[in-house]
Amino acid sequence: MLDQNAFDMRKYISRNPQSVAVWIALFVLIVFGLLRYDNFGSAYNITSFLNYNAMFIAISVGMCFVILTGGIDLSVGSVAAFTSVVAAYLSPYGIEVAMPLAILSGVGFGLFNAVCIVFGRIPPFIATLATMLGAKGGSLVISGAQTIAVDWGSNFTHLGMEKAMGIVPWTIVLVGILIIGLWIVLEMTSLGRTILAVGGGEDASVMMGLKVNRAKIFAYALSGGCAGLAGVFLASGFGAGQPLEGVGWELSAIASVVVGGTLLTGGLGSIPATVAGALLLGLVFNILNFENGKGWISFSAYWQMVIRGAFLFAVILFQTRVMYRRPNVEFAK
Amino acid sequence: MAPLLTMTGIKKHFGGVPALRDASLEIEPGEVHALIGQNGAGKSTLIKILTGLYRRDEGEVEFAGAPSHLSSPRGAQSAGIATIYQELNLVPLRSVSENVVMGQEPKSFGFMINWPEAHRRTREILSRFGIEIDVTAPLGSYSTAIQQLVAIARAVSMDAKLVIMDEPTSSLDSSEVEILFGVVRELKSSGVSVLYVSHFLDELFQICDRVTIMRDGKTVGCREIADTTKLDLIAAMLGRNADEIEAEGLTELAGGSAAFDEVVLDVDHVATGPRLSEFSMSLHRGEIVGLGGLLGSGRTEAARSIFGLDPLTSGTLRLNGREFKPAEPSEAIRARIAFLTEDRKAEGIVPDMSVRENLTLALLPSLRRNGQIDREREKELVSEFIRKLGIKTSHMDQPIRELSGGNQQKVLLARWLATKPDILILDEPTRGVDVGAKREIQAIIRTFVDEGHAVILISSEFEELVEGANRIVVMHEGKSVSELTNPGITENALVRALAHHEDATP
Repeated sequence: MLDQNAFDMRKYISRNPQSVAVWIALFVLIVFGLLRYDNFGSAYNITSFLNYNAMFIAISVGMCFVILTGGIDLSVGSVAAFTSVVAAYLSPYGIEVAMPLAILSGVGFGLFNAVCIVFGRIPPFIATLATMLGAKGGSLVISGAQTIAVDWGSNFTHLGMEKAMGIVPWTIVLVGILIIGLWIVLEMTSLGRTILAVGGGEDASVMMGLKVNRAKIFAYALSGGCAGLAGVFLASGFGAGQPLEGVGWELSAIASVVVGGTLLTGGLGSIPATVAGALLLGLVFNILNFENGKGWISFSAYWQMVIRGAFLFAVILFQTRVMYRRPNVEFAK
Repeated sequence: MAPLLTMTGIKKHFGGVPALRDASLEIEPGEVHALIGQNGAGKSTLIKILTGLYRRDEGEVEFAGAPSHLSSPRGAQSAGIATIYQELNLVPLRSVSENVVMGQEPKSFGFMINWPEAHRRTREILSRFGIEIDVTAPLGSYSTAIQQLVAIARAVSMDAKLVIMDEPTSSLDSSEVEILFGVVRELKSSGVSVLYVSHFLDELFQICDRVTIMRDGKTVGCREIADTTKLDLIAAMLGRNADEIEAEGLTELAGGSAAFDEVVLDVDHVATGPRLSEFSMSLHRGEIVGLGGLLGSGRTEAARSIFGLDPLTSGTLRLNGREFKPAEPSEAIRARIAFLTEDRKAEGIVPDMSVRENLTLALLPSLRRNGQIDREREKELVSEFIRKLGIKTSHMDQPIRELSGGNQQKVLLARWLATKPDILILDEPTRGVDVGAKREIQAIIRTFVDEGHAVILISSEFEELVEGANRIVVMHEGKSVSELTNPGITENALVRALAHHEDATP
């Protein structure tokens, strides 16, 4: 028998048909952009694109873990706004203090969600909706509804501007480490496998003696932590804590996860495809900006949203109608 | 040798209702031990206590020579007790290997799952069972039989000392059953004990060493398989005396249905799949025909075939002399057939709706006038049924969940009667209903047939069948095998008919 562990493209496609659409769409958009716009492939566009989208990637991969358990986290946008304020307040103490504490405050919200869901038996939708409202109010209270400027004298602002080895901005390095780390956790550790098993069948997982509660708590805490990191990126990128930001981010994150082919019911999905989903959504904006720059036609920000929605719809339609057939998985009744 | 497992004096209550009164079980190392009993005898409760899903109220459990608490599935599993459930408790979306090693994955560097090793280990165990499959494919892409064997492979990989199999063959065909039996023998020869729960008595004689019989939450006997007979086991399960049944002898089961001459429904060699392979019966106007048989004999499937729930693969149904092929329940309902299902909670009542709304759910189209529900007529109809059936409700707008089980059942019965059916199929109509309401429901059914309609009655309670039915069609392994007619309908005759057919199959 052949080595079954070697990467086999045909096998990947047959096992993950729902993830294929996002890669094709991403590829098509990139080729389109490269052919049509001169500066699309410039180092400047690539780094600023990734720099800006790092926060969306961070909350999307966190969201992916939650959705894989069969849950949902609506609080990520508000939590990111909250932690951006926390990070801005703490910025005088330097990045090494501000970043961990801001992330930790995000983890705190995530743990609160987890406790409500796992021990309080509150449906994830409701529990995280409540946290969303609470975090929103909290960030307005601690900031007095004002943007909080970061301390320009500290090294906090270096995060978004200075580059590791003079090439890649630190934001991108951090989000890259996050992606690879979570990819390994999901694919290679028992914790990750337990998360997939819980989403694929919670009762079955209990019967198999898996640590179901621990897996769920981890997923929500992780999602909160990722939102915390997104808040840090937000504060460093804009030079201020933004209590009013984050509206609708949870929906973008859910869209990235779903476009990436992760089942909303959990149990099946992937981190790289989620990242591809987040990049795809960002790329639609990027391309529309280039198109506006050409001066032929001009799309207002509102029309950009409409176009992004339509594009998303088309990819999902393609995914479900064309690529996504799953007759080979029959469920034992 | 000391027994592997000893359970004694196990008691368990659910909200004051006893599920186990005094259960005991003893299993030797390397033994295949059968556990049998009627529905509700307490088998599943006992198993769930053994697997740590429920906690016992009282009683002692000793496993592998030490007292055992069994407080969680995880604890039971690490103690060496693995369970293969009827509804498979694996994750179909995930790979075969994952389902086998989850919880005890081989690791490298202490945290990374060593997938090549996991796949190798899974392949090795499955090949011991004679199965060569791609272990990286999703479990759900394989047949139920393979999935079941994967579940057993999981138990083996966890070093289980005791494997509990709950109705393992109920969804397997005969060649798959042979493979399963091979695996059971393989487990036995490697010193693993198996607790085998099945209502197919023939199987027990093929692979089990001993059998424990439960009835009404109590253990009523434990025998060597070699020293027992099927009649003996059935009698013990039903709480009857085997000698008495034998002694009564073979009163001729002849008779006739002379009183009923107009055939409304004629079922001719109908099959819908492995669980209903040959079903024939006729139903006359004014008659109640009972379907008798043990669990899994195909009684419910027989009813489903008539109601258009399972498409016929062969055979014919004739309704009032004309061929009848219901593709879905709505066609059966239009042909004036009604089916009161066994599962009142899942398929019957809408708990938060009122008595009135529940009663008229199936009637809404006929109550419509000018696009609105005719409230006056609805109220009239509902109060008529509440009166006629003696439904005890404070008001017709009381939520149905506040009613007793018996009164809920009457509402469901009224819902179907209101559609003016000609044929009423009742699956366990009085299960979970108190004695008073039971009598009333039986009286309603009798009135219904006396008005010139017909009823097919399915019941696990022999008493109900014998008292209520004009005729009893006996089912066995998906086939209608014999018929009891008056005056030959007695409980003992029914037990004998079942035992006879249990014996008749090799």
